[in-house]
Amino acid sequence: MSANLLAIFYLISGVLFILALRGLSSPETSRQGNFFGILGMAIAIGVTILSIGNFSTGFIFLLIFLLIGGSIGAFIAFKIPMTAMPELVAGFHSLVGLAAVFVAISAFLNPEVFNLGFPGKIKIASLIEMSLGAAIGAITFTGSVIAFLKLRGLMSGSPITFFGQHFINLALGLLLVGLIIYLCNTQNEYLFWSLITISFLVGILLIIPIGGADMPVVISMLNSYSGWAAAGIGFTLENSALIITGALVGSSGAILSYIMCKGMNRSFFNVILGGWGANEDSSKSVSKEQKPVKNGNADDAAFLMKNASSVIIVPGYGMAVAQAQHALREMVDSLKKNGVKVSYAIHPVAGRMPGHMNVLLAEANVPYDEVFELEDINNDFANCDVAYVIGANDVTNPVAKTDPQSPIYGMPILDVEKSKSVLFVKRSLSPGYAGIDNDLFYRENTLMLFADAKKMTEEITKSL
Amino acid sequence: MEIDPFIFRLSIFILAIFVGYYVVWSVTPSLHTPLMSVTNAISSVIIVGAIVAALAGDNSKIFDTANIFGFLAIILAAVNIFGGFLVTHRMLAMYKKKKKSK
Repeated sequence: MSANLLAIFYLISGVLFILALRGLSSPETSRQGNFFGILGMAIAIGVTILSIGNFSTGFIFLLIFLLIGGSIGAFIAFKIPMTAMPELVAGFHSLVGLAAVFVAISAFLNPEVFNLGFPGKIKIASLIEMSLGAAIGAITFTGSVIAFLKLRGLMSGSPITFFGQHFINLALGLLLVGLIIYLCNTQNEYLFWSLITISFLVGILLIIPIGGADMPVVISMLNSYSGWAAAGIGFTLENSALIITGALVGSSGAILSYIMCKGMNRSFFNVILGGWGANEDSSKSVSKEQKPVKNGNADDAAFLMKNASSVIIVPGYGMAVAQAQHALREMVDSLKKNGVKVSYAIHPVAGRMPGHMNVLLAEANVPYDEVFELEDINNDFANCDVAYVIGANDVTNPVAKTDPQSPIYGMPILDVEKSKSVLFVKRSLSPGYAGIDNDLFYRENTLMLFADAKKMTEEITKSL
Repeated sequence: MEIDPFIFRLSIFILAIFVGYYVVWSVTPSLHTPLMSVTNAISSVIIVGAIVAALAGDNSKIFDTANIFGFLAIILAAVNIFGGFLVTHRMLAMYKKKKKSK
C-alpha cells in the first residue's frame, strides 16, 4: 500500500474519531458515535497491518497478543460495576501512558523502522518528539496508578504533603528539560532511560498531594496528558490519526479539568498544588459546641415526601459508596405513584469523576430527562417542598455564599436551603471533605436521617 | 522553497485541538463519564505504532528488545481498545428517555 493511501486511511480514522465525540452531544446520537469510534479504530489497525504485509510468524504473534489484551479488556468492561467507573478510567489511562512509553522506547532502539534515522543518529526533531511523548506517557502512567490506588481505597485518599515538595517537583521538571536537551546533543541511551525513570517519579509526586474529592480534576487532567503523550508519539511516527486523536483527547481532558475546577471555584494550580485537607483552616475548630439537630426516622421522611407536590433529589459521592442508586429509584417510583413530581439535581463535582452521578442514575433506570445540571435546576429549589440530599454535603453548604472566610466560599452550590424542608441522609454529623461544618444541619426546616444511605432509602420506600 | 512536512503535521495538530475544543464543549455534561472512557479508547490508536514496532524486520528479529516492547504495547493498547469501547457501549445503553406511559 502506498504511503499516501495509508495516510488517507489514517485521516479517515481521525475524522471518525471526531464524529465519535460529536455523537456524545446527546444520548440519542451517542451510541452511533461509539460505533464510529470502533470503525475508526478498525480501519487504523487494519491498514497498518496491510501496509506491513508481513503475514508470517510475527503476524500470528500479533493476533495472539491482540486477543490476549482484547479479552482482558472485554472481561473487565463487562464485569466492572458502574460505581467503580472512576478507578477503571484511571486504570485505563495508565495503560495508554505505558503504551506510549513502550512505543517511544521501541522507536528509540530501532529508529530505522519508523524512518527516523539510525541508532545514535536519530533526527533531532524526532528525538524531541519521542522524548516528550515518553516523558508525558510516563507521568500519565505513574500518576494514573496513584489515582487508581486512591480511588480504589488501596491507598489513603488524604493528601500526602512534605516539606519542599513543590521545590522538588520544579527541580525535577527542569531536570527533565535539561535531559531532553542533553539527549539531543549526545544521543546517549542512558539519558533516555533516566528521562523515563525521572518522569515516572514526577507522575507519583504530582498526584500524591491531591486529596480524594479533587479526583475529578486529577482524572480529567490525566485524560488530557494521555492525549498529549499520544500526540507526541504521533509526531514521531508521522501518523495523522494519532496526531488528531492526541489533540482531541488532550483538549477534551483540559476542558473537563476546567469545568471541574470551576465547579469548585478553585484555580487549576490550587488543586494541583495540594488538597484542602492539608491546610489547617480556622473554620475547622469553630463549631465544636453541640448545636441542636432535628433527628428523624424513615416514617417522618416518608410522610413529608408523600404529602409533597415536588421533590428534588441531590445525590453525591455517598450514594455511590452505599450503592444506593437502585434503592433510590424504587423510592422515587413509589413517590411518583403518589403523584409527587420528582427530579434530580447534579452538582458538577458530585462524585469522583465528571458525570459520575449521571451514569449511576442511568444504571438504575432513571430517565435522563429527569436529571438536571446545577444551572438548570437551581431556581426550582425555591418552589420545591422537599429536597432529599443523599450522600452529598459540601455542594449544598450555604456557607459558600455567605462566609468569605470559608475555604469553599464562592463555590457554586445547589440552593437546597431554599426548599420548604430538607432531608439529609448521612451516617453522622461529621463534616465533609472540605472539613467544614454544614450550617444546613442545624436549620429549622432540616431533618437529619442518620443511617446508611441505602438502608434509609429502602426503609422510606417501605413506609410509603 | 519547500515546506517541511513537520509544518503540515503541526497544522493538523493545531486544527484538531480547535476541533476538539468545540466538539467537547458541545458534549452534554451527563455524558462526561462516557466521554472519558471513549477518549481513552480512541487514544489507544497508539497501537498502530506498536504494531509497526512489533513487526519490524524479518522473523528472526521478533524477539529483539525493540520488538518485544512493541508487543507489550500491543497488549496494553488492546486492553484499552476493547475495554474502552465496550464499557462506553455498556454505559450508553443505559441512558434512556422517560417512557410515554408515565
